[in-house]
Amino acid sequence: MSYIKPQFHHPELKKNKVGYYKTDYEGVISTLCAGCGHDSISSAIVHACYEISLEPHRLAKLSGIGCSSKTPAYFLSNSHGFNSVHGRMPSVATGAGLANRDLIYMGISGDGDTASIGMGQFVHAVRRNINMVYIVMNNGCYGLTKGQDSATADFGSISKSGSENPYTAIDLVGLALELNAGFVGRSFSGDKSQLVPMIKAALSHPGFAFIDVISPCVTFNNNQGSTKSYSYVRDHIEATSVLDFVPFEEEIKVDYEDGTSAELELFNGSKIVLSKISSHWDPRNKILAKKYLNESKENGQILTGLFYIDTETESFHKKLNTVTTPLNKLSKNDLCPGSSKLTDINKTFM
Amino acid sequence: MKPTDINDPEYFHKVVDCQYACPAHTPVPEYIRLIAQGKYTEAYMINWESNVFPGVLGRTCDRPCEPACRRVRVEEEPVAICRLKRVAADNKSNVKPFMPQGPFPSNSKKIALIGGGPASLTVARDLAPLGYEIHLYDEWESGGGMMRTQIPSFRLPLEVLNEEVNYILDMGIHTHFNHYVDSMAQILSKDYDAIFVGTGAPRGRQLDLPGYKEAQQHVQIGIEFLANVAFEHTEEIGKKVIVLGGGNTAMDCCRTSKRLGADHVYVVVRSPKADMKASPWEIDDAEREGINILNNLPPKAYVMENGKFIGMHFEHVQAVYDDNGKRKLIPTGEEDLFIEATDVILAIGQDNAFPWIERDLGLEFGKWNLPVLDRNTFQSTLPKVFFGGDAAFGPENVITAVAHGHQAAISIDLFCKGESLAKRPAPMTNLISQKMGIHEWTYDNHIADDLRYLVPHEDNEKALKDRKVEVELGFGKETGFKEAMRCLNCDVQTVFATNLCIECDACVDVCPTDCITFTENGEELELRERLNAPALNKSQDLYVSDILPTARVMVKDEDVCLHCGLCAERCPTAAWDMKKYLYNVTKSYEQDGAGVTI
Ligand SMILES: Cc1cc2nc3c(=O)[nH]c(=O)nc-3n(C[C@H](O)[C@H](O)[C@H](O)COP(=O)(O)OP(=O)(O)OC[C@H]3O[C@@H](n4cnc5c(N)ncnc54)[C@H](O)[C@@H]3O)c2cc1C
Ligand SMILES: Cc1ncc(C[n+]2csc(CCOP(=O)(O)OP(=O)(O)O)c2C)c(N)n1
Ligand code: SF4
Ligand code: SF4
Ligand code: SF4
Ligand SMILES: [Mg+2]
Repeated sequence: MSYIKPQFHHPELKKNKVGYYKTDYEGVISTLCAGCGHDSISSAIVHACYEISLEPHRLAKLSGIGCSSKTPAYFLSNSHGFNSVHGRMPSVATGAGLANRDLIYMGISGDGDTASIGMGQFVHAVRRNINMVYIVMNNGCYGLTKGQDSATADFGSISKSGSENPYTAIDLVGLALELNAGFVGRSFSGDKSQLVPMIKAALSHPGFAFIDVISPCVTFNNNQGSTKSYSYVRDHIEATSVLDFVPFEEEIKVDYEDGTSAELELFNGSKIVLSKISSHWDPRNKILAKKYLNESKENGQILTGLFYIDTETESFHKKLNTVTTPLNKLSKNDLCPGSSKLTDINKTFM
Repeated sequence: MKPTDINDPEYFHKVVDCQYACPAHTPVPEYIRLIAQGKYTEAYMINWESNVFPGVLGRTCDRPCEPACRRVRVEEEPVAICRLKRVAADNKSNVKPFMPQGPFPSNSKKIALIGGGPASLTVARDLAPLGYEIHLYDEWESGGGMMRTQIPSFRLPLEVLNEEVNYILDMGIHTHFNHYVDSMAQILSKDYDAIFVGTGAPRGRQLDLPGYKEAQQHVQIGIEFLANVAFEHTEEIGKKVIVLGGGNTAMDCCRTSKRLGADHVYVVVRSPKADMKASPWEIDDAEREGINILNNLPPKAYVMENGKFIGMHFEHVQAVYDDNGKRKLIPTGEEDLFIEATDVILAIGQDNAFPWIERDLGLEFGKWNLPVLDRNTFQSTLPKVFFGGDAAFGPENVITAVAHGHQAAISIDLFCKGESLAKRPAPMTNLISQKMGIHEWTYDNHIADDLRYLVPHEDNEKALKDRKVEVELGFGKETGFKEAMRCLNCDVQTVFATNLCIECDACVDVCPTDCITFTENGEELELRERLNAPALNKSQDLYVSDILPTARVMVKDEDVCLHCGLCAERCPTAAWDMKKYLYNVTKSYEQDGAGVTI
């Protein structure tokens, strides 16, 4: 068993705009089961951060407990990180985001971590529009504790031990839409061509960006009858659109046919180009998003893609009208401006 | 692209870059692993089987394997393959019991070998165990050819050479030393069933410039000078020596001169340094000993003053390359350079010469006075006469002579048995999984990032005093181990099973050098462009699988694979396995009847 990654990389590997190689965005060797979908998501995160030339020290990884929540060890070793308590990552993210608004926050959670024990925390993070990317590595089970059905396991899905799930699933995407999340997408660990641009776009979105990534648990939920296995997902996956993320300053290279593409400008000047499968599709229309989502569920499809984006979203800091200086950088003088300032303020009440 | 046929013995052979580049196809990674395990005797025997002179070659080989080493492509410096061979030779125990033991039952065939260099000795070794009565002729007092007469003792101690020559002679070879064969007709008239000519390229070139006649006694031919030194006929030289030529012979001549008492030694080369034929390490070694190498200076004249030889004139030139890379040396017009000298040594090339072969025997000669030969069988136009080594296609090196010897031995054996020479024995190959446990391998798959270790050298002062003091001291066991760990185990192959793959991408994600891509199939050139990391090195193959359930194929670029086994460790279904590929060129005494027709 290898514990250390070889130091060599492909000789043709290029540095990105901020002078880093892709390998500079990697973490230690994964200890997850060989073939776990989570590892592919880690790799997609590495690709996305490298490609948008994010400086690793500007990002903080936050997670709860679970195989999924372990993954921050396997990417972005040069970033900040906090591995919190089961289901409690959103509150840590809220606190961290308040203390230092300059960092980019990436929350990594599992379906157990989010849809069961952490549900209460999750919904409030969405509602508050915390400035973060929130990725759920969704394998329909509690991988770390040996594969019990989770709250996202589909009704009737068969577990490795052969039992049928008697409960209906919580659809985290539907929930996020319902709670007015400003960026909602779903992807598949096995589809990097969709997942990588989606992560890039999410990183450029102010406010809460939610991505539900179907990620097969190769050990406990990749059996026949499971609706989260590699083969089941591949057979039932349906993409709403092909997504392309175009960073600020770069030109859009691909020519899309009129009427089949939508171009969305993000607040930082970057663009998302969606070439649409259906000409009625508009990711700015939440009603339509919900409609498509429900229809696909009825048809037994797993719909993926960027479902909804609110490009004018009002982030947490905007709502609270916090100062632009990160709170952790405010000095004693800023916080206690002295008695004369107090007198001035008091005067305004007189 | 079509799915790769991994049953083609050459497919995985090519992935073992060093072995593939070695003329004798020595299983390099296999012996390096044995060195790392401290199994020096076994490592030596693997070498001995393939290249016959591990101790000699571990010091003197031209190392075509090293530039081919994968490490060059992923790091910078190759594994010190050659010097590791020496570690095996230096530390082995008694190897004789592992060699074929005579006396061998006779097959009543007689073979003559003309010349006692590595080519002939290899033929002798490969044929003696089969019962051939072998007669070896050489003009010198002992065997080894140019390994003895040319390669100086400070690079190759006599004991090392004698030991390895004697392993062969002790197999019951009939030696005829101090015997210059002056007539092929005479040899043909004897009762030899076949004759092998391994006489080398024995003639050094002269350089007739103005003043040559007068200066003649101060001008020597390099290979004659070295032979005279080797046999102690020459024991000193003047104080100021000019060596002409930029190859390895020049390097040996200048370093030998220094040891015979010259104070100022100049190697003067017509061409730029980058174009010199000498191996870079030979140039380094010469420079380390205080030898001056001057470039872009073609010689113009030998200069006499008052009837005394005083030195040489050289013209200044500049190298100009045309669009095809063809070089022209253009005079710069600067004033000629005069270099003072007492002696001049010519090391400007060797020619083949066969004055002893009559031209009316049906043995044809072609271009450059070289025999007309079949490239694969080494047979001449006179069916019972075979050639090999420098005598076959012009001057090369020891390992090439050995490789020729193996093939010539096979041809001679087939010829004596009355079989077709075109039916060559197939290589012996073997592909075995290295899996020991779930993620455990029988080989050390950790990739060492150590830089190449340097071989320690004897102090200049001590080395230059005595031409028999070996300059290179060799790696000790500890450094040998560390250097051995740099080997990437390129013979442990990544073998893909299409039917097991669930396309989870784990291997793609973990591969440190981005070798693996799952994608739609296509034409090779186009496919190379759109892999996760473009496969621009076309000399390295793409490994393409059959069609997978998602209608894609797995494409692996063999170019910079580290053979780290991470793909196989991360694969949930063991669709990747690490399998050791052993490829062994079959020698005449190892044939089992199976063969490939060329
Ligand atoms: C100065 C110098 C340094 C070299 N250094 C290296 C090195 O470091 N590494 C390396 O790999 N290679 C080196 N070489 C090249 C290498 O020595 C030869 O390529 C190799 O020895 C060729 O082997 P061979 O068996 O073809 O013949 P040779 O080794 O040339 O042996 C032929 C023998 O046949 C004898 N002979 C010739 N004609 C007759 C005849 N008619 N009757 C009887 N005997 C005859 C010759 O005297 C000689 O002993 C060097 C060569 C030179 C000149
Ligand atoms: C407070 C608390 N309760 C229960 C556990 C046990 N536990 C550890 S991981 C886990 C479920 C993880 O499931 P999920 O978030 O889906 O992660 P996965 O392993 O599937 O990626 C549970 C219940 C715990 N660690 N802490
Ligand atoms: S148990 Fe499942 S989720 Fe956890 S590492 Fe293994 S495959 Fe991944
Ligand atoms: S052995 Fe596998 S993981 Fe390692 S470099 Fe080669 S292809 Fe990549
Ligand atoms: S890790 Fe194994 S199963 Fe997964 S894609 Fe690679 S070869 Fe296929
Ligand atoms: Mg889970």
